[in-house]
Amino acid sequence: MALATRTDRRPSLPRTVWDSTVGKKTVMAVSGLIMLLYLVAHMIGNLKIFFGPGDFNHYAHWLRTLGEPVMRWEWTLWVVRVGLVAAVVAHAVSAYQLSRRDIKARPSKYVHKKPRASYATRTMRWGGIILGLFIVWHILDLTTGTVHPGEYEHLHPYQNVIDTFSTWYGNVIYITAVVALGFHVRHGFWSAAQTLGVGNASRDRFLKTCANGLALLLTAGFVSVPVGVMTGVVS
Amino acid sequence: MNSYAEYTTGEPLVDAKAPEGPIAERWDTRRFEAKLVNPANRRKHTVIVVGTGLAGGSAGATLAEQGYHVVQFCYQDSPRRAHSIAAQGGINAAKNYRNDGDSIHRLFYDTVKGGDFRARESNVHRLAQISVEIIDQCVAQGVPFAREYGGLLDTRSFGGVQVSRTFYARGQTGQQLLLGAYQALSRQIAAGNVEMHPRTEMLDVIVVDGRARGIVARDLVTGKIDTYFADAVVLASGGYGNVFYLSTNAMNSNATAVWRAHRRGAYFANPCFTQIHPTCIPRTGDHQSKLTLMSESLRNDGRIWVPKAKGDTRPANEIPEDERDYYLERIYPSFGNLVPRDIASRAAKNVCDEGRGVGPGGQGVYLDFADAIERMGRKAVEAKYGNLFDMYQRITDEDPYEVPMRIYPAVHYTMGGLWVDYDLQTTVPGLFAIGEANFSDHGANRLGASALMQGLADGYFVLPSTINDYLARNPHKDEVDAEHPVVQEVLSETEDRLNLLLAVDGDRTPDSFHRELGELMWEFCGMARTETGLRKALERIPQIREEFWRRIKVPGTGEEFNQSLEKANRIVDYLELAELMCLDALHRAESCGGHFREESQTPDGEAARVDEDFSYAAAWEFTETGASPVLHKEALTFEYVHPTQRSYA
Amino acid sequence: MKLTLRVWRQKNADAEGAMSTYEVDNISCDMSFLEMLDTLNEELIVKGEEPVAFDHDCREGICGACSLVINGDAHGPERTTTCQLHMRSFKDGDTIDIEPWRAAAFPVIKDLVVDRSAFDRIIQSGGYISAPTGSAPEAHATAVPKPDADFAFEHAECIGCGACVAACPNGSAMLFTSAKVNHLNVLPQGAPERETRVLDMVAQMDTEGFGGCTLTGECATACPKGIPLPSIAAMNKEWLRATRKVNR
Repeated sequence: MALATRTDRRPSLPRTVWDSTVGKKTVMAVSGLIMLLYLVAHMIGNLKIFFGPGDFNHYAHWLRTLGEPVMRWEWTLWVVRVGLVAAVVAHAVSAYQLSRRDIKARPSKYVHKKPRASYATRTMRWGGIILGLFIVWHILDLTTGTVHPGEYEHLHPYQNVIDTFSTWYGNVIYITAVVALGFHVRHGFWSAAQTLGVGNASRDRFLKTCANGLALLLTAGFVSVPVGVMTGVVS
Repeated sequence: MNSYAEYTTGEPLVDAKAPEGPIAERWDTRRFEAKLVNPANRRKHTVIVVGTGLAGGSAGATLAEQGYHVVQFCYQDSPRRAHSIAAQGGINAAKNYRNDGDSIHRLFYDTVKGGDFRARESNVHRLAQISVEIIDQCVAQGVPFAREYGGLLDTRSFGGVQVSRTFYARGQTGQQLLLGAYQALSRQIAAGNVEMHPRTEMLDVIVVDGRARGIVARDLVTGKIDTYFADAVVLASGGYGNVFYLSTNAMNSNATAVWRAHRRGAYFANPCFTQIHPTCIPRTGDHQSKLTLMSESLRNDGRIWVPKAKGDTRPANEIPEDERDYYLERIYPSFGNLVPRDIASRAAKNVCDEGRGVGPGGQGVYLDFADAIERMGRKAVEAKYGNLFDMYQRITDEDPYEVPMRIYPAVHYTMGGLWVDYDLQTTVPGLFAIGEANFSDHGANRLGASALMQGLADGYFVLPSTINDYLARNPHKDEVDAEHPVVQEVLSETEDRLNLLLAVDGDRTPDSFHRELGELMWEFCGMARTETGLRKALERIPQIREEFWRRIKVPGTGEEFNQSLEKANRIVDYLELAELMCLDALHRAESCGGHFREESQTPDGEAARVDEDFSYAAAWEFTETGASPVLHKEALTFEYVHPTQRSYA
Repeated sequence: MKLTLRVWRQKNADAEGAMSTYEVDNISCDMSFLEMLDTLNEELIVKGEEPVAFDHDCREGICGACSLVINGDAHGPERTTTCQLHMRSFKDGDTIDIEPWRAAAFPVIKDLVVDRSAFDRIIQSGGYISAPTGSAPEAHATAVPKPDADFAFEHAECIGCGACVAACPNGSAMLFTSAKVNHLNVLPQGAPERETRVLDMVAQMDTEGFGGCTLTGECATACPKGIPLPSIAAMNKEWLRATRKVNR
């Protein structure tokens, strides 16, 4: 077994990070936190729907003018979109590679099965896949309008949202994904803190509470929209 | 009459390497007189080290640091698991950090006295000198010794001494020291200076033209028996306490390396000096496979007692204070519960023999913490001994905070071992023995926290200095390879032995023989020995040996991982070593330290040494299996610590 | 007690393994788990069958050799090593499943014996302080604050048994590696090699084929010495710090 000796030239920072399981986890943690920040903003923006079509559609318009006059129409939005795609790709590729590695590291299962607390691992993996698929649908539905159930109207998100949540499958897909998101954030946030080395014994409770709080807040915030449509509060 | 017992006495043995002069200067003198090997030439020398405990691990690492090519072996799956790891209490060093009157000379004095004047003064003094450097070395390696709030090292006192010179890492000092040595060794393995062979057991030593030139070892995974060659061979294979079957040793600790070396010409010294540790958890039944030690440090706060009345079967808590006999405090008022191990053990045996023992079979005494809990509070007791109490509770299912612990003596350490000179070289040139495998520093009884000190002193400091002298004086030797007729012979003898074990296909398991031998040894060569008993044992051992070779059953083959074969092969050697132990115990018609002959005691039942006749180390020369060996005496002279009757009263 | 044992039997590294069923009788509750297996083996040898191979040595919970997964738990139902597990933790008539550690980095050698040399190689890659014999300064030259000394000790307690890997659904060695990194990196003596140590040990850990950490916490639950889960976070912190410093 060749061992790295102290005289070896060390690989570059990106190489070190990408080649290491700890580094890849760091990539996941950082990209996850970026997405989490975005989701918090997204969720708050969504709540504007309860102020009526004027406010909500104006908000959509405002997003595109963000940063003016330095930025032009939709520039900021595109910067955010590119950033988010990068985060999603980095997150997903790392997750895929790490999962493959993890499965390979434990090739044979125990004969005596136990209901293990691999709950976290499982919800993260399946939850991640669900969320990935959801994002695709979500964009095709409400950004490009490709699979939108009604008459998709650009820059009129209020009606678009009502259209989507007026279908049963729209509600099912969305609510499932949001619940998966809640679980994902719950373990993911705490896990990211450990990966980034913020966690320690005395801070553990605080971090767990934060994770639970965030998960609950996001789930409730996002779910409130379809619930609003279903109950007719938003119409 | 037993013919084995009719040994002959050969030439007296002299330690030619020990320098003359004032004792404090001898180690310096020797180091200066010893020839050195040019650093550039060191990598041309191969040194084999057998064992990776404190002595072997530290020796392997240090020799490799010096530039030698080291080839090292251990039977465990990793060098980190050697049984030094189980040492709980601590390591002595004459640092005098407490300013309590300690000094190198006092540690030297305590150790010579504690060994009941059967150790070499020169060696013990060297040990005391080096003790100081060991602590420095271990701290530099990152051994997490206990520390005070000021960040400086904490110490505690240990049985048999009145100063606080024992450094410790909770109840896991051995573990931490061993990991330090293991890590230093690992560094050298990574650097390519040590070629490590784990799961490989040494089965014989190769002696060519009167010099140790290599070993025969078996890969325990593939079963392949191979030869390895070197310019010197170092045995760091530990003690032979497992002759007794039940002991505090690890299950696989064994005497094969030292016994095979003995058969090839290395004298075996003081084999009867075994240490029975007073504070072990009593056995619970025939299924018992080993005994667990409870650290001696418990005696600092625990009080040992038995009921005054014979056959008192009341639970401990129901026996009123005035019906309890705190016998150590009564007999030895100044040391009380802190008397040396041999004395505490024998006292426990005596009260149990009187019929006052407690627990199943009456083989136990109480170690009571009720007073300590009342005085210090449960919290403080927990902080000090929590892990030991937990361990006790896990094994016995009794809560030592509520009911007193039950303890009983058990075989723990062997002071005897291969005879070595001041350079730690055996009577076979080029064959060295370090740590518990040699006999040198503890005399007839080892003081607590001294074994770790000796193992590390030998491995880190003594051997790496003295082995240079041997290698420098024997620079160019004929190459020895696997084709050499002597090597072929040793190899085939080993193969034949294992094949025979597999071929017998009898009806008894290896363990059944081991247990039978162990019970015999415990009864006749244990805590108290008599001429009649020893003769009985000497009569019985050859019979067991004969039966062994007739009825042993070893399933499987030799070409695979075969734990039964490993065991059986070790028992072959126990069955011969046991005989020598009994003979040594028989010939030494005096009591000293751990060796108590009932015929030789003072009117009040203490060990009576007979210095006129027995102030020597008994080094035995092997002749052939079952035939009486030849005794060589190395006279012991005491210039600095004059032999007195040990008194702890 | 009378028990039914289902034991993983595997002739050697290349052979296929399977569970075999054995009955044992007259088991005392004072026996340790390994003494119960001794009893089984004694019977097997007399019957001319091959005894069950398992690693064990000190039998007092410190050498780290014993390594059995009992009813799906590394080291069995109590938080201790297999050798310190006693039969009073089981009931008469129980069926007990006994399997080896399972991980790609710990291949089975025979029956319940696995090869854990990957752990040694992780230590060899940097789990030490370079202090050649004789070079040490006086022990009291550097005071170590008690909290740091205690933190180091808490992690140095690791016995290298591999239960963390066996229990982890990903076969990850993060707890083991973090124990040594934290032990040495917190001490002033370990400071000069602080960065290279953690980088090299983590790299070696990855090379050995251990999985990554998903923080399920199974390792810390199985650890007989109670190495806590936050050790992993502490090592991550050291690793991130090291990547920054070394690449500066």
